[in-house]
Amino acid sequence: MADSFSIENEMNGRRRFLVAATSVAGGIAGVGIATPFMLSMMPSERAKAAGAPVEVDIEKLEPGMLLMVEWRGRVVWILNRTQEMLATLEALEDQLADPNSEKDQQPDYARNRTRSIKPEILVAVGLCTHLGCSPVFRKDIAPEDLGPDWLGGFFCPCHGSKFDLAGRVYSNLPAPTNMVVPPHTYLTDTRLLVGAESKESA
Amino acid sequence: MSKGLNALKDWIDARFPMTSNWEAHLSKYYAPKNFNFWYYFGSLALLVLVNQILTGIFLTMNYKPDADLAFASVEYIMRDVNYGWLIRYMHSTGASMFFVVVYLHMFRGMLYGSYRKPRELLWLIGMGIFFVLMSLAFTGYILPWGQMSYWGAQVIVSMFGAIPVVGDTLTLVLLGDFNLSDATLNRFFAYHVVTLPLMMIVLVFVHILALHEVGSNNPDGIEIKANKNPETKIPVDGIPFHPYYSVKDIVGVIAFLIVFCTIVFFAPEFGGYFLEHNNFIPANTLQTPDHIAPVWYFTPYYSMLRAVTVNFLWIDAKLWGVILMAAAVVIFAFLPWLDRSPVKSIRYKGPIFKFALTMFVISFFVLGFLGMEAPTPLYTLIAQIFTVVYFAFFLLMPWYSKIDKTKPEPKRVSK
Repeated sequence: MADSFSIENEMNGRRRFLVAATSVAGGIAGVGIATPFMLSMMPSERAKAAGAPVEVDIEKLEPGMLLMVEWRGRVVWILNRTQEMLATLEALEDQLADPNSEKDQQPDYARNRTRSIKPEILVAVGLCTHLGCSPVFRKDIAPEDLGPDWLGGFFCPCHGSKFDLAGRVYSNLPAPTNMVVPPHTYLTDTRLLVGAESKESA
Repeated sequence: MSKGLNALKDWIDARFPMTSNWEAHLSKYYAPKNFNFWYYFGSLALLVLVNQILTGIFLTMNYKPDADLAFASVEYIMRDVNYGWLIRYMHSTGASMFFVVVYLHMFRGMLYGSYRKPRELLWLIGMGIFFVLMSLAFTGYILPWGQMSYWGAQVIVSMFGAIPVVGDTLTLVLLGDFNLSDATLNRFFAYHVVTLPLMMIVLVFVHILALHEVGSNNPDGIEIKANKNPETKIPVDGIPFHPYYSVKDIVGVIAFLIVFCTIVFFAPEFGGYFLEHNNFIPANTLQTPDHIAPVWYFTPYYSMLRAVTVNFLWIDAKLWGVILMAAAVVIFAFLPWLDRSPVKSIRYKGPIFKFALTMFVISFFVLGFLGMEAPTPLYTLIAQIFTVVYFAFFLLMPWYSKIDKTKPEPKRVSK
C-alpha cells in the first residue's frame, strides 16, 4: 500500500479513474443545481397567465383613422383604410420585399393583398420587425423627408424601415419581414376581438 | 514612525502581506519615467468607478425597481431627497465620463502599441472591462423607465432575438416575460447593482495584477525591463509609482474634477447628450418617440447596426446589422495579433499606420455623429462608407503594418 503514495504511482489507472469519476459526478451536480436558477429566469406562471384577448368596438373608427390598443403589453393598430389608401397597395408592390405575404407573419385568413379579414380594416402588431420600435403612421403623401414616391404608410424612426398601409415591408431596408397580423375575429360587424379566433378559444 | 506604530506594522506583516504588497504595487513598482498626458486615464477610470459605486449605493436607497414606481422614484430623488439631485447627476455624469476616460485609455493603447506582446492578456482583460462597462451603461439606462429607457431596451433585446436558433429563448431569459415589462426592469436592476459591478471590480483587480506582472508600456513602446541596473536590478528608466506617479495622477484628478463638477453643476443633461430629453417622459408602450438614438457613447455602433440594408448570402440584413455591431466592438480584442509592425509606438511607426489611425478616428466620430441623427438615404450611405473604413483599419492592419516604413526604436526612453 505504501507504494501507491510514491510519486511515480500518483496517477495510476485506479486513481485516474476516481478523479475522472468524481469530476463527472461533480459536473452533473453543477448542471443540476444550475437548472432551477436558469429556469427561474424564464417567464413566470403569472406572466404566462396574462395575455387575454381584448375586445374593441370599432364603430366610431372613421375611415383614415388609426386606433391603438394594448394586447399582451404590445401595441396593436387598428386602421380603417379609405378607398384611396387601399388603391396604393397594388401600386407599391414592386417596391416590397414580400408583397404576397409568403412568410408566416399572419394567420391564413389575412394572407391577401390587404392582409385583413375585412378589406378596409387592418389589424397589426404595431412593432417594427427589425428591432421592435413602433413605427409612425405617416398618411401624408410625398412629404419632404420621405420623398416623392411615398404614398402613405408606416415609417420606423429608429432605423428607417418603411411599411405600406397593409404593414408590408419595403425591400432593402433593415426590417426583414412584414409586420405581424395577430389572430383576430369579428364578434359582430363592429366588435373586434384581438388575440383569439373565437370567444371560446380564448 | 513611532515605536508603537512600528510594532503594529510588524505584528500585521507577520500575519498579512501588507508591506510587501504596498511595495510590490506602489512604492517599489517601477513605471517608465516618460509617461505623458495619455497616461492619466487609467487612474481616472478607477476614480470614476469609485464615484459610480458610491453614488450608486446612495441611489438604491430611494430608487424603486418597479415599472409603476420607477419613474416617480427617480423624480422623488431629484426633487425631495436631500441632495438627491447631486447624487443622481454625479452618477449620470459619471456614466458618460466613464466612457470618455475609457475611450481615451483605449486610444492611448492604440497610439503606443500597449496591446503588443507581452501585454496581450492585459489588453484582453481590459476588453472584458469594456464589455461589462457597456452592459452596465445599458442596464442602468433602463432603470428610470422613461421613453428612451423603454424603447432603447426594446431595440437591444430585439437584437438578441436576431441570433439564429437560440435567439427566442435568449429573449425570454432576458425579458422574463413575453415582452418588455416589470419583470425585465426588476432583473436589469439586479444585474446593474449586483452582478455587473462585482464582475467589474474583479476584472479591474485582475487588470491591475496583470499590468504589474508585465510592467507598464510607455510612449516609446520599448521595454524598460530590458535595461536594468546590474546591482539594484531596478530598470534604469523606471521610477517608483509612489510617490512619483501617485502625485502626478493627483494633478490629473484635479483637472478632471474641474471638468466633472462643471458638468454636474452647470450642464448635467449636457444638451441632451448625457440625459436624453425623451427620457423625461414616462415609458409609453404604445408609442415610440419620433426620434430615438442611444446615448452618445453607443452611437458609432448604432450607426453600423442600421447601415446594413441589404440581405447578403443566406443571412438577412437585420442579422448582418447585429453581427456587424458586435464585431465592431469585439474586433479591438484582436489588435495584438493584427498589428505586425516591428515597432510598438506611433512615434516610430510609418506614414501608412498614421494615416490608417487618423481614418479610424474620423470614422469613429462620423459614425458617432450619424448615430444621433435621424436616418436619411444620404446619411445611411455615409454610414455605410465609414463602416467600411472602420473595419478596413482593423482587417487590413496585418498587411499595411508590415509594409510600412518604420523608424528605429531608441535604446532608452526619450521625452
